[in-house]
Amino acid sequence: MSKVLMKGNEAIGEAAIRAGCLNYFAYPITPQSEVAEYLSRRMTEVGGVFLQGESEVAVSYMIFGAAACGERVFTTSSSPGISLMSEGISYICGAECPAVFVNIMRGGPGLGGILPSQADYLQATKGIGHGDCRMLVMAPASVQEAVEMVMQAFPLAEKYRNPVMILGDGLIGQMMEPVSFRDDLKVPPTNKDDWATSGMDTRKSTKRNLVKSLYLDPEVLNAHNLKLKAKYDRMRQEEVRYETYNTGGDYRVLIVSYGTMSRVCRSAVDALKARNVETAMVRPQVLFPFPEQAVFDAAAKSSCTHVLSVEMSMGQMVEDIQRSVQGRRPVHWYGKCGGEVPTPEEVMEAVEALLQS
Amino acid sequence: MAKAFAKPICLSDQETHYCPGCTHGVIHRLVAEAIDDLEIAGRTVGIAPVGCAVICYNYFTFDFQEAAHGRAPAMATGIKRVRPDLIVFTYQGDGDLASIGMGEIVHAANRGEKFTTVFVNNAVYGMTGGQMAPTTMPNQKTTTSPFGRNVEEVGMPIRVAELLASLATPAYITRQTVLSPKHILKAKKAIRQAFQYQVDNRCFSFVEVVSTCPTNWGMTPADAIQWAEKTMLPYYPLGDLKTPESVEEA
Repeated sequence: MSKVLMKGNEAIGEAAIRAGCLNYFAYPITPQSEVAEYLSRRMTEVGGVFLQGESEVAVSYMIFGAAACGERVFTTSSSPGISLMSEGISYICGAECPAVFVNIMRGGPGLGGILPSQADYLQATKGIGHGDCRMLVMAPASVQEAVEMVMQAFPLAEKYRNPVMILGDGLIGQMMEPVSFRDDLKVPPTNKDDWATSGMDTRKSTKRNLVKSLYLDPEVLNAHNLKLKAKYDRMRQEEVRYETYNTGGDYRVLIVSYGTMSRVCRSAVDALKARNVETAMVRPQVLFPFPEQAVFDAAAKSSCTHVLSVEMSMGQMVEDIQRSVQGRRPVHWYGKCGGEVPTPEEVMEAVEALLQS
Repeated sequence: MAKAFAKPICLSDQETHYCPGCTHGVIHRLVAEAIDDLEIAGRTVGIAPVGCAVICYNYFTFDFQEAAHGRAPAMATGIKRVRPDLIVFTYQGDGDLASIGMGEIVHAANRGEKFTTVFVNNAVYGMTGGQMAPTTMPNQKTTTSPFGRNVEEVGMPIRVAELLASLATPAYITRQTVLSPKHILKAKKAIRQAFQYQVDNRCFSFVEVVSTCPTNWGMTPADAIQWAEKTMLPYYPLGDLKTPESVEEA
């Protein structure tokens, strides 16, 4: 398969088109504005829809309206913009519509900075909107993986009738890497006639469809939330995805890291090995649901004395790791969240400091 | 004997949840009559607001979506952009459209989104219990302006139709009311015209309807109509503010 050199943000836009999503609404924000710039041209070429909305709030509802008609639709933004979209995301979860949201994270809180970060981990995995709503959260570690996850996100959103988030750090968006677009990842859309407001004539039906999230009767709302919970539980069963590195032999420290940070950690694991310090890594590829069993198993290895969460955030993943490890091993944190990506040397120092403590 | 008057086909048999004397029912009927008349129910998607009309979909028999507070024009934009063949309308109150949703309506109108908005202006928040709205009249008492709207503190009521008509993009912008049978007939014509512009793929169309809220105004339905005529209509004058034809002529 031929490869092309592409910037992550442009590759993400192209991946959506290759996945059969020809509808894109967005609001510019650094460091992902190249997606909108790319798609403003490409959507015209492929006869798709491109619209720059007046705000991220409005964009999230343009996504909602289009998704509720049963059309594949997506948007991209970055941290402060995702905060604004979180209102719409909650409604989309409540109304059970499929859509894809890409967050190319920058540093926070507030305006924070424009450099790469992973500081929206908790927002994405635990608090993406008010009410009992959850999103499947996929975390690519390369431009190629970002492309594949974007293409996989659309059928997953349709499988669950729930939004899916691609959570990438700023480097994933800004980095140029060779990518290929796999045709086999293009999955035809599911039939949405039983729920989408596509117009009764389109469905050749006299039954109207209603897309809503309001349930004033407490029993009905509770039943609705139990239905949503069952979907999130099903995600926990079926969508856990992770990669392990160097877990075959004995190791003293288990690193848990995702996204760009995990690539740095992989180099650190290799370099530590050369110094006869054995470490291993679990890399969650999906952050919600979290690979609890994989982290537990890797941490439970008798040689393993410490678990280290390495993130470009201030320990946001630590609680998920602690929950997975269930108190069997101490869980530590190392990271930076000002926009700099920790170097392999800095990760190695953190590991060695841990072993000397 | 031929039936001279009947319930519109696209109105349901649902019992009303609106208060006695509320004008929402009349406006729902006018929307339904326009949709029946144009025979477009099978390709129409309505968007319900947040406010008293949040469950207005219970009264219509075609596809509907329920928006968040003020966001209906953004949802309508999303639908119209991906499915231009559908007929889309938002039905919004003054708290929804003129306060929290002001950004969405202004930008949708300015982009010339080809959907229709029915804007029900009764100068008060209804569903939440009669709080002050951007459209509340000077000195009008509400639950959050118990001494009357003080324009020194919160400014004058917003005339949304005039504001939207000031945009350069062609549109149909009109203000109507349903305070009397004569007014209702005019409003019916305007709502039908608004949908006709959409069917013809012409422009954004907006019908403001000056209405009453006897419950939250603390008046009888008859007094509420009189108060609206005396207080609201001088400030919210009726008639077309803009048509696509008037823009083309200019």
